[in-house]
Amino acid sequence: MTAMLNIKDLRSYYGQVQALHGLSFALNEGSLTTLLGANGAGKTTTLRAICNMVRSTGAIEFDGSSLMGRSTESIVRLGIAHVPQGRGTFTSLTVEENLQLGAISRRDRAGIIADIERMYGYFPVLKERYTQQAGTLSGGEQQMLAVARALMLKPRLMLLDEPSFGLAPLIVRDLFKILGRINREEKVTILVVEQNAQLALELADQAHVIETGRIVMSGGAKEIANNEDVRKSYLGY
Amino acid sequence: MSAAIEDVVTEAPAVEAVPKRAMTLGSGTSLVVVLLLLVVPLLVKNFIIFQMTMLLIYGLAVLALNILTGGSGQFSLGQSAFYAIGAYTSAILMEHFDVNYALTLPIAGVLCFGAGFLFGQPALRLSGVYLALATFALATAMPQLLKLGYFEKWTGGVQGLVVTKPDAPFGLPMSQDMWLYYFTLVVTIAIYVFSVNLLRSRSGRAFMAIRDNEIAASAMGVDVALYKTLAFGVSAGITGVAGGLGAITVQFVAPDSYTITLAISLFLGMVVGGVGWLPGSIIGSAFIIFVPNIAEGISKGLSGAVFGVLLFLVIYLVPHGARQFAMVAHNLIGKVRRN
Amino acid sequence: MELFTNQILAGISTGAIYACMALAVVMIYQAIDHLNFAQGEMAMFSTFISWQMMQWGVPYWLAFVLTLIFSFIAGIAIERVLFKPLAKAPILTNVAGFIALYSIINSCAGLIWDFTIKQYPTPFGSAPFLGSQLISTHQAGMIGITLLMLLGLFFFFQYTRMGLAMRAAAAMPESARLVGINTSWMIALGWGMAAAIGSVAGMMIAPVVFLEPNMMLGVLIYGFAAAVLGGLTSPFGAVVGGFLVGIFENLVGTYIPGVGNELKLPIALALIITVLVIKPAGLFGRPIVKRV
Repeated sequence: MTAMLNIKDLRSYYGQVQALHGLSFALNEGSLTTLLGANGAGKTTTLRAICNMVRSTGAIEFDGSSLMGRSTESIVRLGIAHVPQGRGTFTSLTVEENLQLGAISRRDRAGIIADIERMYGYFPVLKERYTQQAGTLSGGEQQMLAVARALMLKPRLMLLDEPSFGLAPLIVRDLFKILGRINREEKVTILVVEQNAQLALELADQAHVIETGRIVMSGGAKEIANNEDVRKSYLGY
Repeated sequence: MSAAIEDVVTEAPAVEAVPKRAMTLGSGTSLVVVLLLLVVPLLVKNFIIFQMTMLLIYGLAVLALNILTGGSGQFSLGQSAFYAIGAYTSAILMEHFDVNYALTLPIAGVLCFGAGFLFGQPALRLSGVYLALATFALATAMPQLLKLGYFEKWTGGVQGLVVTKPDAPFGLPMSQDMWLYYFTLVVTIAIYVFSVNLLRSRSGRAFMAIRDNEIAASAMGVDVALYKTLAFGVSAGITGVAGGLGAITVQFVAPDSYTITLAISLFLGMVVGGVGWLPGSIIGSAFIIFVPNIAEGISKGLSGAVFGVLLFLVIYLVPHGARQFAMVAHNLIGKVRRN
Repeated sequence: MELFTNQILAGISTGAIYACMALAVVMIYQAIDHLNFAQGEMAMFSTFISWQMMQWGVPYWLAFVLTLIFSFIAGIAIERVLFKPLAKAPILTNVAGFIALYSIINSCAGLIWDFTIKQYPTPFGSAPFLGSQLISTHQAGMIGITLLMLLGLFFFFQYTRMGLAMRAAAAMPESARLVGINTSWMIALGWGMAAAIGSVAGMMIAPVVFLEPNMMLGVLIYGFAAAVLGGLTSPFGAVVGGFLVGIFENLVGTYIPGVGNELKLPIALALIITVLVIKPAGLFGRPIVKRV
């Protein structure tokens, strides 16, 4: 397996405050990786740094070419879809328009129409509501819409920031199943940041643990899940 | 690094916050400025004294806007309207009712306070760009209201009113211009001291709390509605006094002296002087009085363009206006002293 | 009754002016969330450009099209050079920028073309329209052009990818970047389109109010009033608002004694404030949600 995304010595700043202190890790093509860490460890910042939404130094390479200094939109156009915290739904637009926006950088009209249908297959509830304003959807529906919108890009890499946030446990299970399917069937590499460590470790094959802006542990998800410290700190048993 | 920082909403605030301390001058500097203002008129010609009087008057008007914007974070592109109300109040009282000029000023102030307070009511519901819009409309509508047939008996309609210039009282041996200058200076200093104290008071803290975060302020128990309208009222009142003084000094009021151009000038004066920095008002005032003179000297109609270009330069290069220079100077002096 | 219907008709024809201007106002508001106080002056300058071309012998419709193109490019250029650096600045700074632009354009137009009023031609003629004394062919043409522009904008925003991208960028810039939209250029495009629409408004209005550097101030206030009434987020609302404001103005002038031409601007002011206080989102706008 080759490294699709390679991050080296990443340091990010919010104004004067440094949030990442030389963070390094790599993502393999086709993997489903989770980033674990306490509140404020720098998980969200890492995702934002990949899309150049926060001032950073260091090296981020995607397919061997550097992402540093590129604008957010041009990074996205390389096939990196980012579902931000809070989902980033276009609340004033309809569900279908949200999906079309996901594919705004694509040119294949027929493909887009087919993909919208495919999304309705994954998330039938979106089809029921396709003319509805996205802001009127429930939290879970909005999260599905956000994932579907990200998939409309036909991404090679998908970054998800706390997809379980604010959702009922049952809905979270469904969502994670679908993420697993997307990873296997569509061969989309996924990097997911999660508070719900247990669920994330069940789903993922790789895991990295962040503490105060650095990677402190990396490995297979099973192996991490069995680690004494991780169990104590993040799984609570 | 906390999650709270990651979640910061990156919405631009209406006005950049100015710490309270930074809003005034030290006592040493103040003394020098007052001395200068006292002595210089004794040495110069009458026309320059007239210009210095206008400098103080516009300084007051800019100060008033500064209290509103720098203090409570509300905009106004409509200050010319309150200035006009003040000017007409003084002029009408003096010419039609023979009221002493000095007495017309508090009346103008109170009347404008009322007008501002009333206008502040609808303005409460508006913020940022909507408030700018409403006040912009107010400023453009004002000259037409003043030209109205109903009031022509008092306002003199399009022709306007001529105001008599007062003599120095008690047989003081000074020219009318010089007397008026010192009279204006006293009023200006009184209002300046009042404003500084206002901003240092409970009300001032309430203003600033609203400016920095309205919702948080109301959660802390600040009566946002009251203080916002109060800020409008105080600002309008001071502008009204300035307007009254202006009418007496220029000896003439007419609708077309109080157009949107005046409102824009005052706004410009505030930005140039530094939003929220009260002493900057006088610098802003100097800017709006002398720059057009110089520009019109070069070519007629050029002053608007010069204004505009300079305004752009200010917002790009010195976004804090004259205050920025003052801060740099302050730091330099501090360094020299230490060495 | 006949007086009433006539006044409504007359109101619609003046309303077309306001509707034109309101469209430009809404356009820029959609793109940048600000009201551009220099919008009227930009329209006035464009109109002068077209007048100048006609003075040089360019036929009307060619001048019209060239002016549209000029305005579009000039709008983009103004955004790129002057306002892009202010994107993250406080609202106050942006308002100061608009005011500065207003001063510069107004002053430059006066310097170049003088402050005297000039006749401006109409392509539609000024004969009575369909025999009606109240509405001239020019006014009918103006209404037609306004509706045409509205239709064009509707299709653009509703059915084109670029329109969708612009709406997305205006509504949620960060999310828009995350689907790969270059939001910065969307803003520039919004400026260009607003400038072009404004130039049409200017060229339509100039035959009615005559051409001079201060011709747009009153119209702009009415354009604001119309946009606010219709809802700042809705192009359709802006046009309806424009016609309503025109009708309102005429009816007030006819039926309330003492309110004549001299009260035009105070009426607009009262209208703006009333609408903002009672229904800030306007008739057709989406409600404004304040974020904490």
